Amino acid sequence: MSDLLALSAAQLAERIRARELSREEVWDTYRERAAADDLNAFLWVAADAPDTGDGPLGGVPFAAKDLFCVRGVPSQAGSRILEGYRPPYTATAVEKIVAAGAPLLGKTNQDEFAMGSSNENSGYGPVLNPWDRTRVPGGSSGGSAAAVAAGQVPWAIGTDTGGSVRQPAALSGIVGLKPTYGAVSRYGMIAFASSLDQAGPLTRDVTDAALLFSVMTGRDPCDATSLEHPEAIRLPSAQDLQGVRLGVPDDVESAAGIEPGVLEAFRATVARAQELGAEVDTCSLPHARHGIAAYYVIAPAEASSNLARYDGVRYGLRVDGDDGLLAMYTRTRHEGFGAEVRRRIMLGTYALSSGYYEAYYGRAQRVRTKIADDFRAAFERFDFVVTPTSPGVAFPLGAKTDDPLAMYLNDFFTVPMPLAGIPAISIPNGLSEGLPTGFQIAGPAFSENRILDAAYALEQAIGFDTAAVHA
Amino acid sequence: MSWEPVIGLEIHVQLKTQTKMFCSCELSFGDPPNTHTCPVCLGLPGSLPVANEAAIRFGLKIGLGLGCELAPRSIFHRKNYFYPDLPKGYQISQYDEPLCRGGRLGDVRIHRVHLEDDAAKLVHVGASGRIHGADSSVVDFNRGGTPLVEIVTEPDIRSAERAREWLILLRETMRQLEVSDVNMEEGSLRCDANVSVRRAGESELGTKTELKNMNSFRFVERGIKAEVARQVALLEAGQPVVQETLHFDPQSGSLTSLRSKEEAHDYRYFPEPDLVPVAVTPEMVEAVRAELPELPAERAARYETELALSADSARALAFRPELGRYFEAVLERADGAPAQTVANWVAGELATRLGDADPAQSKVAPDALARLVAMVGEKAVTAGAARQVLDRLVADGGDPAAIVEAEGLGAVGGGDELAGAVRAAIEANPDAAEKVRGGKAQAIGPIIGHVMRETRGAADAGEVTRLVREQLGV
Repeated sequence: MSDLLALSAAQLAERIRARELSREEVWDTYRERAAADDLNAFLWVAADAPDTGDGPLGGVPFAAKDLFCVRGVPSQAGSRILEGYRPPYTATAVEKIVAAGAPLLGKTNQDEFAMGSSNENSGYGPVLNPWDRTRVPGGSSGGSAAAVAAGQVPWAIGTDTGGSVRQPAALSGIVGLKPTYGAVSRYGMIAFASSLDQAGPLTRDVTDAALLFSVMTGRDPCDATSLEHPEAIRLPSAQDLQGVRLGVPDDVESAAGIEPGVLEAFRATVARAQELGAEVDTCSLPHARHGIAAYYVIAPAEASSNLARYDGVRYGLRVDGDDGLLAMYTRTRHEGFGAEVRRRIMLGTYALSSGYYEAYYGRAQRVRTKIADDFRAAFERFDFVVTPTSPGVAFPLGAKTDDPLAMYLNDFFTVPMPLAGIPAISIPNGLSEGLPTGFQIAGPAFSENRILDAAYALEQAIGFDTAAVHA
Repeated sequence: MSWEPVIGLEIHVQLKTQTKMFCSCELSFGDPPNTHTCPVCLGLPGSLPVANEAAIRFGLKIGLGLGCELAPRSIFHRKNYFYPDLPKGYQISQYDEPLCRGGRLGDVRIHRVHLEDDAAKLVHVGASGRIHGADSSVVDFNRGGTPLVEIVTEPDIRSAERAREWLILLRETMRQLEVSDVNMEEGSLRCDANVSVRRAGESELGTKTELKNMNSFRFVERGIKAEVARQVALLEAGQPVVQETLHFDPQSGSLTSLRSKEEAHDYRYFPEPDLVPVAVTPEMVEAVRAELPELPAERAARYETELALSADSARALAFRPELGRYFEAVLERADGAPAQTVANWVAGELATRLGDADPAQSKVAPDALARLVAMVGEKAVTAGAARQVLDRLVADGGDPAAIVEAEGLGAVGGGDELAGAVRAAIEANPDAAEKVRGGKAQAIGPIIGHVMRETRGAADAGEVTRLVREQLGV
């Protein structure tokens, strides 16, 4: 059994194809581990293995963040307002993965409506970090990250709006890829911020990320913002970084709250990159530091509208009374939404309201354009921009819950990419104080193949042992 | 002191596409509730809208039909508000970058035309059937997501009657564009009116009110009339008009306030991030233009200016394109008959006999009607006899000359035959004859009637009159 757990998803698929492992054995092993989950990573675990046929993912089970709609399966986006909600349809991304041969093992815990960086905002309780159960796994795709890191599932998908795939991947010691906006259909993903949300894989290694992403991507007629990826996604194979130009933003070292251990690990990997042949120089993204401010206007504004549908009329929670419609709305939404979701709905409603729109939403959109321009300029000189994924390692549960601004700063390095719509990956970058840190590589739109190659080369050089916490 | 009403209209037209604005559910009317729904039009979590290309084409067709400028790029916005008939909590509409701007229909300028999706339908359960006093309300989502075009006019209308007439012109235009059923009772055409008044001669606009959802042409006229009267009464009493939204109750004729300016919603419009901009290419515009029929306003104007038809005839023919086409076919074959005469026969006599049926599908060939009109012109038949011939043509078709021949309806010529009939009529009506001789010209009626009866309408009434007078020496 431990043999099986030591294998990556791609290796499992290989063995199943070669008939060295049976699908049933793989399913049963992971099904048992997921059912015994003591991290609160899973909100639902499948009883039986669905028949998924012979696809390239060869019967290797996956988990999906709760906010992916799956027909007949609880899909609650981590919110009490959708408790027990079972959609009548399945998200395109999930359908594509299942069609490629991977059975759905379970739905994973998350921050409510993907709003959070620690998974403490889940309506179903926080997820624990398998590296240290007193600490958070990051968020909002914390359940997916923790479950993969703890060997409860071979791989998983999450969504990234401001860092929600990359940051929990970093804090949990796994790989997380946020694709180019539009590369993966959003159809059936319960929306947080429509212009930023993007689904991506959370995996043990870069090869698995490439394999899972390769079946997720594609234009979907049900998502007007989706696009066909101009390149077929290949499994990475680069052994070095010869001729690759890496830009390190000039404000990495001075970033608010950056921990010395994180910085040290980052510098070490930049040095390894040079050893592998990369040219490294500092680059300037002058507007990126306003990313957090712009993000926390745009994302709540869109969320305030996206979450208006949870009104108790058609599905989910309804807190009735005999005092009229408005009172029903108010009670339902007050009781159904957690504090952070209510806070962001209020922020977003304010930012869009008449008389304030220009000062907040309009201005934030202009900052967004500037950030995208910064990246465009940087990518004329560099192939990639690299940063630490998160300024710190996994923090103790409750450490930042009273200080939303400190919590928001966790997204400092990850927020600019979704604002610019560009892809970025986080790979495990060794430990700081015994906890994982992440190394982020961002590239131009649709550069996933090149990002995955660079990440693969660095992954080999870093040599992080992903099996460390599988026990 | 006279007051001038200033009226602008906002019209919602339900498009008759196959499917809804942002999903592939079929459009329906009168089907069992909630049978045409899907995750998208129910606003289920995770669902996304995709704009219906046919609806965009219909929107462009309307834009071209109204002479608007078509935007090469337009975008959708979200209009946010809570209501149970609005499953997403926002309507997807267009805001500051609409599909079409400007334009004109008749003498009213168009401000803009934009696309949006319709709300679902609330059904109030209880004795009253209305929201007040209902036991409960349920929602039918069949209508939710139906494509709508909103047409906003400039405040160019100056009376309630003109508002009604213009709205009928708009309906006919939409009908002939084949973009909508435009049925006010069924809600596929809905009209709100912005109404203000000012002293005649003023150029400043007064404070306006908005009249909501008047669901018949008559109610539009009555509602506006009532609101104009209300505003004039207020102003004459020295009180201000308050900006508010009003509901007109056609039963009582009363106007009730729905909400004041202060209570107006803040819709928090922002660009719909789930949709991409609507990019209209010149090819799309040309394809739509090629489908464009001649529209009633143009056709009526052409009939009035080129054919010198009366305004009424021009409208009657232009508002029913099948009548117009038939009229033109007859006119072409009528060998120089005056257009107005042909129009009278088509829009009057024939249309009365055929009702709503298309004359092209009737037994009356344009050729036959053209010959009949010519025969009347040549006085080969009287107008009265020609009407009888037309009855036969409508019933059985055929050739008018043959019918005249067979039925003996030919005009009784001058000469002895008619003079004899006149003589006999005078003898049969001595009292009337005496009165006419005594100077009472209108007493001639019974004598002429007698002649017409005897000749079965085949005599020319003018000639008969002349002969009667001649024989009576007046």
